[in-house]
Amino acid sequence: MRDVAVIGVGINKWGELWEHSLRNIFVDAALKAIDDAGVDHVDSMYVGCMTSGLFVAQEHLSSLLTDYMGLNPIPATRVESACASGGVAFRSAIMEVASGMSDVVLAGGVEKMNDLDGGGVTFALATAADQEYEAYNGITFPGLYALMARAHMEKYGTTREQLAHVAVKNHANGVLNPDAQFPMKITVDTVLNSVEVADPLRLMDCSPVTDGAAAVIVCPLDMASKFSKATPVRVAASAMGTDTIALHSRSDLTFLNSTATAAEKAYAMAGVGPRDINVTEVHDCFTIAEICVTEALGYFEKGQGGPAAEAGATARDGEYPVNISGGLKSKGHPVGATGAAQVVEIVKQLRGDAGDRQIKGVKRGLTQNMGGTGGSSVVHILEAV
Amino acid sequence: MTTARYWREVPQRFRLEAAKCSKCGKVFFPPRLICDACKHREFEGVNLSDEGEILTYTIIHTPPSNFSDEAPYAMAVVRLGGEANVLTQVVDCDFDDLKVGGKVRVEFRRIQEDGKSGILQYGYKCVLAD
Repeated sequence: MRDVAVIGVGINKWGELWEHSLRNIFVDAALKAIDDAGVDHVDSMYVGCMTSGLFVAQEHLSSLLTDYMGLNPIPATRVESACASGGVAFRSAIMEVASGMSDVVLAGGVEKMNDLDGGGVTFALATAADQEYEAYNGITFPGLYALMARAHMEKYGTTREQLAHVAVKNHANGVLNPDAQFPMKITVDTVLNSVEVADPLRLMDCSPVTDGAAAVIVCPLDMASKFSKATPVRVAASAMGTDTIALHSRSDLTFLNSTATAAEKAYAMAGVGPRDINVTEVHDCFTIAEICVTEALGYFEKGQGGPAAEAGATARDGEYPVNISGGLKSKGHPVGATGAAQVVEIVKQLRGDAGDRQIKGVKRGLTQNMGGTGGSSVVHILEAV
Repeated sequence: MTTARYWREVPQRFRLEAAKCSKCGKVFFPPRLICDACKHREFEGVNLSDEGEILTYTIIHTPPSNFSDEAPYAMAVVRLGGEANVLTQVVDCDFDDLKVGGKVRVEFRRIQEDGKSGILQYGYKCVLAD
């Protein structure tokens, strides 16, 4: 296998992009990645998207997007793994370059969610759950994470306030990110007084509905200087894990096996452990998710994610800075784009290009992107060269 | 929902038909073709118990479009007969009476309807047993 590097990143300002279509949102981010890398060609493309069919009634996305990129007739593949689609698209591009099949590959993600009304969005997202045995009975995604939250609270004594601290921290981080959808400071009371969505989760425990895209360019590490003047970032590990998509089929409702599996493989592949990671982007689709993920990554013992969040261990100046971009909570969560955007943030941090939110002395970063309630998880470790 | 899909799922929705691995004894709801524990491919048909216990629960305040008239409603992961879990609504109860470990009983209820002319879709919901 060839060593792979990221040589370009692109993202746009996320939010309710009423003036822009799905295709233009993606092309804008992808062109930024191409310009950032300075490449004059792309050999192949992967695009992560969860459900453009339900959100905007458009499938066959890969060819539509290569067409509007002006990249026809290159091969292009749409990747779907629910909210992990962007991360799995990145992993697919890495494998194509590592294998020697292609040299310059674009990997991105996109979702255009706001064209549907709230009930329609809730329905579309619930298709990432088990349609016949979860969604049929009326569950929603906030509902599934609420079930996990209640189980975590019962088993470990995790508190409502500890959940709120995740949202407070991520919004504080998002204030420093010019691309974030909701860059505003909030307090624990803001979260606790927001409307109920699925008890015990409230509106400010949930990531927002977002339109947005993100993209990166990868190539063989030893060819990076040939293709690009940008500082390359090495892909030290790419790993994925799966689990039952039906939450109720798991023996432990509080632990993310797919994330733990992917993390274990990624640490082995990179030859590092949790303590060697300087900056992390995780899939905080709901506050409880970040708590469960930091436990599954081995940052904290099982049951200690809540107290750690409350004590500031995941803050900018904490032991494990998590979601410096603002995370899904503040930056936004255009589901198929999120995994690609996490890579964009870590690459910026490793290059020293993260502006006001730059963490000093960053050598190694980790991304964790998750589909559904953890039916799929993909973990990447990136290193400064 | 199409008639074909609704008809196909009737054994589980109406009768809680499950499958027990004939090698390791693990019970699957719905039935599967291969056991995820021991990889055995032979099963015996069993019906899940209609008595169970709440493992975790939530109150849905923001429903999907097809349940928009019903919120707020309670949903729980319920372990039936100590054998297999289902995700189901818990109905006819005061939300304050819900608790982890609470005993419930399965009842046959209407779940959804497809507008004014579509099929009525039935299935299982739970009520508190205490």
